[in-house]
Amino acid sequence: MALKGLDIFKLTPKTNCKECGNPTCMAFAMKVASGALTIDKCPHMSAEALASLSAATEPPMKTITLGEYKLGGETVLMRHDKTFVSKSLYSVHVCNAAPAEYNDGVLADLEVVDYDRIGERMHAELIHVNYVPGCPDDYYLDLVKRSVATGRALILNTSLELAEQAIALCGDAAYALQGANAENYEAYSALATAKKCPLVVGAANLDELHDVVEKLEAAGNKNLILDVTFDSAAAAFEGAVEVRRAALKGNDRTFGYPSFVDLTRLARGDKNMQCALAALFTAKYGSIIVMDLDYASALPLFGLRQNIFTDPQKPMKVEPGIYPLNGADENSICMTTVDFALTYFVVSGEIERSGVPVNLLISDAGGYSVLTAWAAGKLSASSIAKFIEEQGIENKIKNRTLVLPGKVAVLKGELQEKLPNWKVVVGTREAIELVKFLREYQD
Amino acid sequence: MAFKRASQKFNAAINTVTIGTGDKALAIGGANAYPFYKFDSVSPNPARIGIEILDTGLAGEPAGVCAFYEGCSTVAEMAAKACTLEGVDFVCIRFASADPGDANTPVETCVEIAKAVAAVATKPLAIAGCKNMEKDTALFSAIAEALSGQNIMFLSAKEEDYKTMSASVGLAYGHIIGAESACDINLAKQLNVLISQMGLKNDKVVANVGSAAAGYGFEYVSSTMERVRSAALAQNDTMLQTPVVTPVASETWGVKESILPEEDAPKGWGPAEDRGIRMEIATATAVLASGSDAVILKHPTSVATISKLIASLA
Repeated sequence: MALKGLDIFKLTPKTNCKECGNPTCMAFAMKVASGALTIDKCPHMSAEALASLSAATEPPMKTITLGEYKLGGETVLMRHDKTFVSKSLYSVHVCNAAPAEYNDGVLADLEVVDYDRIGERMHAELIHVNYVPGCPDDYYLDLVKRSVATGRALILNTSLELAEQAIALCGDAAYALQGANAENYEAYSALATAKKCPLVVGAANLDELHDVVEKLEAAGNKNLILDVTFDSAAAAFEGAVEVRRAALKGNDRTFGYPSFVDLTRLARGDKNMQCALAALFTAKYGSIIVMDLDYASALPLFGLRQNIFTDPQKPMKVEPGIYPLNGADENSICMTTVDFALTYFVVSGEIERSGVPVNLLISDAGGYSVLTAWAAGKLSASSIAKFIEEQGIENKIKNRTLVLPGKVAVLKGELQEKLPNWKVVVGTREAIELVKFLREYQD
Repeated sequence: MAFKRASQKFNAAINTVTIGTGDKALAIGGANAYPFYKFDSVSPNPARIGIEILDTGLAGEPAGVCAFYEGCSTVAEMAAKACTLEGVDFVCIRFASADPGDANTPVETCVEIAKAVAAVATKPLAIAGCKNMEKDTALFSAIAEALSGQNIMFLSAKEEDYKTMSASVGLAYGHIIGAESACDINLAKQLNVLISQMGLKNDKVVANVGSAAAGYGFEYVSSTMERVRSAALAQNDTMLQTPVVTPVASETWGVKESILPEEDAPKGWGPAEDRGIRMEIATATAVLASGSDAVILKHPTSVATISKLIASLA
């Protein structure tokens, strides 16, 4: 149960010593209650008070660390309520029961599907290395070795017998251990605890999963990831939703862990269905999504993930600079717009559709749309002229035509004065009209 | 302590709108839980799939689309063929060529096409325009009159033309209006209020609250849909209980991921058609998960995948 500020205040020393950085014990207690501070920031808290409070003031969903990545730690069910903090991690899948050409293909694709989108690296963060009993052990260990070599974090779904050997191969690579279920969780948990790695826990259904997690927590292991794949897409979706909802709405700390879904189990070999399910679990509560990730699926999924996990309080921005489109060179005309990512995507998309070579100049407008940036003074004749000067555009591009967004036609006169060598042209008000405008434009 | 489900029951539901008549009538909406939350409450109608056919025919369409419609020489023949595709619930004819900036196909020609389609289609119809509002309003009014009483879904009415649309398409000929707004819950609600003030009943209005391809500002689309659905169910906001019908194909098949030919694309992208299909599939799934009651798709492979997805989750 969430505690009120007053309940916490009663347990503080009430000395207002300020050592925690707050003016009064009351102020400190209020911040702890809101989740802004943790209780251990007070150096004078008694051991009993700490124990009773830290359990009660824990965040509803734990943050699990896997190498450089954070999982979980979410506080809301819908992104517009605040923001989602840990993006879904995408994992490719290799398996010792799969033919060599499948595994080789997966590891080769991993190298290819690795690109930049609005300043963020787009790649599968994880490799799920799956063990099927009865299939060669040495091939499994070989796959582990090759996966470690890629520099990705690993999920080792393995037998207990092989786990130590597989872990020994990981070296500095981050990994999570998978394979624990209702029967064998004690041995897996002991190993995961000893190796300080997260443990992926599975079960036959949600009730059993809850039961196993309770037992693991009682044994002191709180570094868990919950496998909600079960046996069908419907069960997996229910699992992902119920786990997240129980933690954030139902005050059920037992389910306060990130979820794991393995789409290669739910839609083996069906890349279209895996793409659909990956979109579903990206939107709804899959913290780790295992799938066959080729480029065709990567393009929409990485874009979707980037959108869903942007902070609604911060605009998405592209880097200011020159973006040559359709093979534009120094003789191609220039267009300018703002650095708001959505504007950039819509405008660049329409320019690409027109097929006309254009140098798109993106100036720093605070990440706002055209009219908002203009109203806020972030997009003005001075800001554009300054951008052209600072970026040394006149040395890089010989063409002297600059097309302004139609919505800020009002800037034309002033901009023309500031850039006497240029021919300032007013473009279209809407991006959708750009194709026609560009195809008909005669420089 | 045993696991206690934190399920959400609502005393509110999305309106049910029926398109088409008689044997081919199709109910859209009616949900009283979040999308695919059948563990909370099973919705009376599964999510629906429309298939989009352009009046411009098959020029420039992906090979899989052309192969499916092989042998069809008119829009009506294509529509008849589309009705036979498994997973298709309704057919949407998009009069892209009516755009004055394009071929500017006259209204009379479009009406003839619509009549021919209505004569052969075995599934309910939706009619979409060319995005030139003046032309669309004229076009919709004329088709509405020609196909009076057939309960067709017209996409769409905007803030600027909702009066004409409500009066000459909805009230005069009994068709269904799609209220289109751009990713803003307040605009969506306002338009629904204005249309209801025109006298149109709840069961004659659907909404398109905004659409975008995955990666192209999709966060606005999903958050708008989620907010609209939350307000409709949790707060019983009757002015936001309109079923949401989202055109997906017209957004996803225009972005560079879907159309850039393999030879011009960055290394490893592979065939454009595969990319286009996945873009359509991923976007449609995300739109449905956010709170759409129907999606409009184009590629037969996307239709097959999404209908399988809906069946497996419903």
